[in-house]
Amino acid sequence: MESENTPGRKSLWGLAVIAVLVYALFPVIWIISLSLKTPESIGDGSFLPTHATLSNYSAVFNTDFFPPALRNSIGIALITTLLALCFASAAAYAITRLDFPGKTLILAGALAVTMFPAISIVGGLYNVWRNVGLFDTWPGLILPYLTFSLPLCIYILSAFFREIPWDLEKAAQMDGATPLQAFRRVILPLAMPGVFTAGILAFIAAWNDFLYANVLTTSNAARTAPVAMAYFTGASQFQQPAGAIAAGAVVVTVPILIMVLIFQRRIVSGLTAGAVKG
Amino acid sequence: MATVAGTPTAAPVAAPPKSHGLTERAKAERKLGLMLVMPSVVVMILVAGFPILYAIWLSLHRADLRFPNLTAWIGLDNYISVLSSHTWWSDFFNTVIITVFSVGLEIVLGLLIAEAMYRALYARTWIRVAVLVPYGAVTVVSAFAWSLAFNPATGFATQWLGLSTPPLTTRAGSFAVIILSDVWKTTPFISLLMLGALALVPEDLYKAAKVDGATAWQRFWRITFPLIKPALAVAVLFRVLDAFRIYDSVYIITNGSNNTASVSLLGYQVLIGRLDLGLGSAIAVLIFLCVCIIAVAFFRFLGASPQRR
Amino acid sequence: MSEIVLDNVVKRYPDGFEAVKNLNLSIGDGEFMILVGPSGCGKSTALNMIAGLEDISGGELRIAGKVVNKVAPRDRDIAMVFQSYALYPHMTVRDNMGFALKLKKVPKAEIDRKVQEAADILDLTEHLARKPANLSGGQRQRVAMGRAIVRDPKAFLMDEPLSNLDAKLRVQMRAQVARIQRRFNTTTVYVTHDQTEAMTLGDRVAVMLSGVLQQVGTPMELYNNPANLFVAGFIGSPGMNFMPATLTNGSVHLPMADVPLPQEVHDRLGRQPDGRRVIAGIRPEDFEDATKVDGDGRARGATFKAKLDLVEAMGAEFYAHFGIKGQLVQSEELQDLREDAGGVEELTESGEHVLVARLSPESRARSGEDAEIWLDASKLHFFDEQSGEALTSAR
Repeated sequence: MESENTPGRKSLWGLAVIAVLVYALFPVIWIISLSLKTPESIGDGSFLPTHATLSNYSAVFNTDFFPPALRNSIGIALITTLLALCFASAAAYAITRLDFPGKTLILAGALAVTMFPAISIVGGLYNVWRNVGLFDTWPGLILPYLTFSLPLCIYILSAFFREIPWDLEKAAQMDGATPLQAFRRVILPLAMPGVFTAGILAFIAAWNDFLYANVLTTSNAARTAPVAMAYFTGASQFQQPAGAIAAGAVVVTVPILIMVLIFQRRIVSGLTAGAVKG
Repeated sequence: MATVAGTPTAAPVAAPPKSHGLTERAKAERKLGLMLVMPSVVVMILVAGFPILYAIWLSLHRADLRFPNLTAWIGLDNYISVLSSHTWWSDFFNTVIITVFSVGLEIVLGLLIAEAMYRALYARTWIRVAVLVPYGAVTVVSAFAWSLAFNPATGFATQWLGLSTPPLTTRAGSFAVIILSDVWKTTPFISLLMLGALALVPEDLYKAAKVDGATAWQRFWRITFPLIKPALAVAVLFRVLDAFRIYDSVYIITNGSNNTASVSLLGYQVLIGRLDLGLGSAIAVLIFLCVCIIAVAFFRFLGASPQRR
Repeated sequence: MSEIVLDNVVKRYPDGFEAVKNLNLSIGDGEFMILVGPSGCGKSTALNMIAGLEDISGGELRIAGKVVNKVAPRDRDIAMVFQSYALYPHMTVRDNMGFALKLKKVPKAEIDRKVQEAADILDLTEHLARKPANLSGGQRQRVAMGRAIVRDPKAFLMDEPLSNLDAKLRVQMRAQVARIQRRFNTTTVYVTHDQTEAMTLGDRVAVMLSGVLQQVGTPMELYNNPANLFVAGFIGSPGMNFMPATLTNGSVHLPMADVPLPQEVHDRLGRQPDGRRVIAGIRPEDFEDATKVDGDGRARGATFKAKLDLVEAMGAEFYAHFGIKGQLVQSEELQDLREDAGGVEELTESGEHVLVARLSPESRARSGEDAEIWLDASKLHFFDEQSGEALTSAR
């Protein structure tokens, strides 16, 4: 690091750190504050609430569409993550450990798939799903979600698997393990951190989706939380839905934020594992 | 030349042709490898490849869900309609504006934040927090937060900034809010990537440059920038592709009003709003083509720059 | 009964490259066999084939009489010690050593007993609960050995297990490896590129070069009767000196002297055409400062004057470098030896080829001065110029 760490310099960078923190937390604090404002004080143009209330939260949970939307989000994101992890672990193991034709093609293909515009995919799915009865169902969302969660997991898991020394599997073979035993007892425990990281990132990506859910759902059966939030603006029973929207927003995003903060080290390593490789 | 101790062998071993048959172990390995990737490949083809092909097919037909019995092949008519429509080009322009400004701001801010993180000897955890909070915030929530902040009926921003006209009622203002929401959310991710790239530049180069008399600005342009260019290029590529596909923020903040619709939003409006699958698919395919062109152009550019040393 | 027999074993890669060519080697029950040679000679490949980690392209591999070409590593009942140790990072030392037995579903009590036994032998008892990351290099190496010992296998395979240790530790561990092998009397195949390890550890040593077995024999056999130029130059440190020579009736014309051949050398050479050109070899330790050699000694050899280019004082001896006239024929073996030693040919200031002589610590020889050197003619080796084959080895 710089050798001239004068107090002047230090306080400058300290200021920068504070600036960055404010930048990051500002909208979050704002949305929390908005959710705590009484309906009358919504329009008063202040940042922090003058009178705080939890009524917005009870209103939100009393609707007939928000709690089911939360359930849908949790369930769909969880199943997507589990499926993505299963398929991706197998694929990542094969790509990093085994020799077979088409490896680069598959990796390149996975990368390409993440670049497909969702709108280009969702149109066809809208029609097909309606015809095969997958419209407005959990599988109807889980399948498209795999288009971004699968490649993501494959990349992260490949990066982690590559770190495990080849010698360990040879040693396990010599020790008498079948390939499955070697995988279960040696590779998997060492890859656990990577699996965990990939899982968190996949969950966040699935939870975050709006376009697919907006198009492919229409009722409480499968509508997810982000879509339900947009639904608020149409609901006529609220005079000023802003407070309720804010409460909904907090419920939708704060749990993710907490999860992100708890696992921050893993997440950063996962994001940079695949990314910095360029 | 050398002697082999022991009994010499009788049967000569003929040299085999190149890549003559795999051993059993290699064959088994191949089979296992293909079996393990098969599920992933199948899923990706099914839910990504197939819909695109279907979209292309739909785009070549008149297919309107409101008039299902009028479905017919019309070749490139849909494309002609789209490409000659004022709305498409207007929305294309919007998308370009959003992309250019968002990515531009994100890169500059991202680099600054990355430098700050790089030099911060303490408070590393807080910095990580600052970086990850926007990452964890749901895009829709971010859009709502910014939208509600700038809405005079609900927010404070209009008064704080002393603006006479609420931004969300003007086109430029709406763009600003959309761009702000996008920049806030993705800058930290860029700064993370940049941090990784910065960490790879050897400290010694800076020391040598200082001794040679280079100013901070010069050090940045002549040492840091060239060395992080590859990582920067990759980050820019991914961000441009993402920004071009923007949908969530636009839907929530303006839903296309004030002439701020993005091409993805247009596709949504035509496909789902008007249920015109043919036209909508044409738009979807055009967007896909645009993304492909951007990606290819970038790879060409990336491929060319190392050679231009 | 666990002898290992390689019968015409070949390893050929899909692009046609042969890493091991027609290897014939028999390793007896309880024997400590060393495979030694420069990198790329095929010794690790051979070891991996015995282990089952690489497929055998041709020939037969027999363990305890059974052909095991197609048998999976886990069914060969062989334990391997890797150069990188390959310890499972997430398991304790105890679990690492007991892993193989656990897979075989051996009862826990017995696993504990065997692990304890091995830990006692290897002095690892205080470390049993630690993970590999918390161990020193030497301790990790012992755990790797412990893992092999616990299994009580038919054979130990060791792939350069000591090369990651620093020099002093390596010498200590060498002795321990030898002791363990003798105690358990398990057939052992040990791969190394270090000829000192090969000489000190093995019952027999097999020298390999470019996939071909050069010679196999006891260390002293290889030292005294090398079958060709490569083995002669590879075994022994510092390496054997080579120089051009011409055989005449009963004596040999060397660059620095004409030396009459002792009877036994003459006999072993057999009939040679007069004036035949050969490569002569003599080890540094078969020289001496002429002033230190008594009459009997002098009769056995010849003396000559040499200008000493450089004299290295080692404490227990001197190494004197001096130049000789005459161009050495460039043979492939000499090229291989040079590459193995680092690729640089030693020349004097005037460009002469350099020989090294080991002199007694009481010698008065100094750099830059002339000295009278004696060489032991009975220790001369002769090699064919073209093929590098030894002309004097008793086969």
